[in-house]
Amino acid sequence: MDQKMDFNAPHSMGTTIIGVTYNGGVVLGADSRTSTGVYVANRASDKITQLTDNVYVCRSGSAADSQVVSDYVRYFLHQHTIQLGQPATVKVAANLVRLLSYNNKNFLETGLIVGGWDKYEGGQIYGVPLGGTIVQQPFAIGEMEDEILKNHCSIEHCFPGSGSSYLYGFFDQAWKEGMTKDEAEDLVKKAVSLAIARDGASGGVVRTVIINSEGVTRNFYPGDQLPLWHEELEPQNSLLDILGAPEPMNI
Amino acid sequence: MSSIGTGYDLSVTTFSPDGRVFQIEYAAKAVDNSGTVIGIKCKDGIVLGVEKLIASKMMLPGSNRRIHSVHRHSGMAVAGLAADGRQIVARTKSEATNYDSVYGEPIPVKELAERVASYVHLCTLYWWLRPFGCGVILGGYDRDGPQLYMVEPSGVSYRYFGAAIGKGRQAAKTEVILLSISIVGFLLAFRPGRLDQCMRILSLCSLGVWGGEIEKLKLTDMTCRQGVIEVAKIIYGVHDEAKDKDFELEMSWVCDESNRQHQKVPDELLEEAKAAAKAALEEMDAD
Repeated sequence: MDQKMDFNAPHSMGTTIIGVTYNGGVVLGADSRTSTGVYVANRASDKITQLTDNVYVCRSGSAADSQVVSDYVRYFLHQHTIQLGQPATVKVAANLVRLLSYNNKNFLETGLIVGGWDKYEGGQIYGVPLGGTIVQQPFAIGEMEDEILKNHCSIEHCFPGSGSSYLYGFFDQAWKEGMTKDEAEDLVKKAVSLAIARDGASGGVVRTVIINSEGVTRNFYPGDQLPLWHEELEPQNSLLDILGAPEPMNI
Repeated sequence: MSSIGTGYDLSVTTFSPDGRVFQIEYAAKAVDNSGTVIGIKCKDGIVLGVEKLIASKMMLPGSNRRIHSVHRHSGMAVAGLAADGRQIVARTKSEATNYDSVYGEPIPVKELAERVASYVHLCTLYWWLRPFGCGVILGGYDRDGPQLYMVEPSGVSYRYFGAAIGKGRQAAKTEVILLSISIVGFLLAFRPGRLDQCMRILSLCSLGVWGGEIEKLKLTDMTCRQGVIEVAKIIYGVHDEAKDKDFELEMSWVCDESNRQHQKVPDELLEEAKAAAKAALEEMDAD
């Protein structure tokens, strides 16, 4: 109906974010689309942010809220590390994230996945969804977020569930305990690209971050390096080919 | 070594010409006059023991506790002015629970000791406050293993294998030094204000003279169960029958056997320790 687009509407990250533990560490993955309504404000954003050397967080929901929460937690963790004299644990980082999320739940709209490695417990993933729950999981899929776009005329309410809701079935089947690093990264890459294929609010490139005892590795997978799914595949033995390409109409 | 700092000892905010703050040293004297308090770090945990001098025969046994749990995994034994000690324990408990609610994990013992120390030190900075007249031995078991710290009225806090404060500390420490192997790399400092004594001890340890002849037991090989017996023996040993009246032995531990929780030593073990200590005393007397 209306093509009015409000570029000043809150930027939301209709998002797919994933965190997976494997034997020796964790792999975090995310898509790269930041949208303002139907306009893609940033098609190559980095939703995986560093909190400390060994702990990263995947951000979803309101871009501003998730950035501010990350900034505060990074600040507190930095001081904590200095006081402690050694790297902070993943659990502490996740707890700080959830305290902010819970105590400001009326003002914030962000779902986060905290993942990292520490020498006491190894690789860990903690999901901190909208209300400020904290739950440790062997893998976590991006939290639901829905942006109420008051200024946008045609859409009142994005459908809840980002790309991640499309992934629950896939994970139930594909995830297994004790994967290797490459298996885990493959799983994450596949999952994010599946979600991108089906979820309009997710898109762009796939970014992954692998954290283990040796350190942190960032990877970047543009569209041409991702597997194709179903309707994206090239047509094979299509009737359209047999009949031959139609003549272009000349007027 | 006691000296009067005439004129420079009226306020904790006054230095003497030779760089000492006498009020803090006087506070330490209050600690020195109390019953002995000992802590040792064994292979699998910490043992704390207190020689509780009984002020009156009408007191109920088991009352007037000197050892307090400050968190699930740590405990604190107090020597010196009892009321001051209560204040420190309350503050420590509060610091521990606050850390837990913010960071979601039990407070590391090192961090707790630092907080206690800075609180005690705080009270040596202002003229309207007086220093705490008590020293504490803090023992805890966190994910880095068992650790033992001692905090003095000046606010210094060091980590120890074995520590003793109170009346019988010199005698106890001699025994405790003998109980420990000094492993290079760990902070081991007794009476930190007395550098001359420290250097002597360190040099003797490294020469092996001290360790050589009378080193009885090795703390690194000792379990807490054995440690409890040893602490009881030491406390009974340093108790001065002539000068002091009766005393009650109070002990606690935090070790693998207690599931890394700080708690009173179980009654049967306590009785066993007391019996062993009394027997050791008889032996010594017999010699």
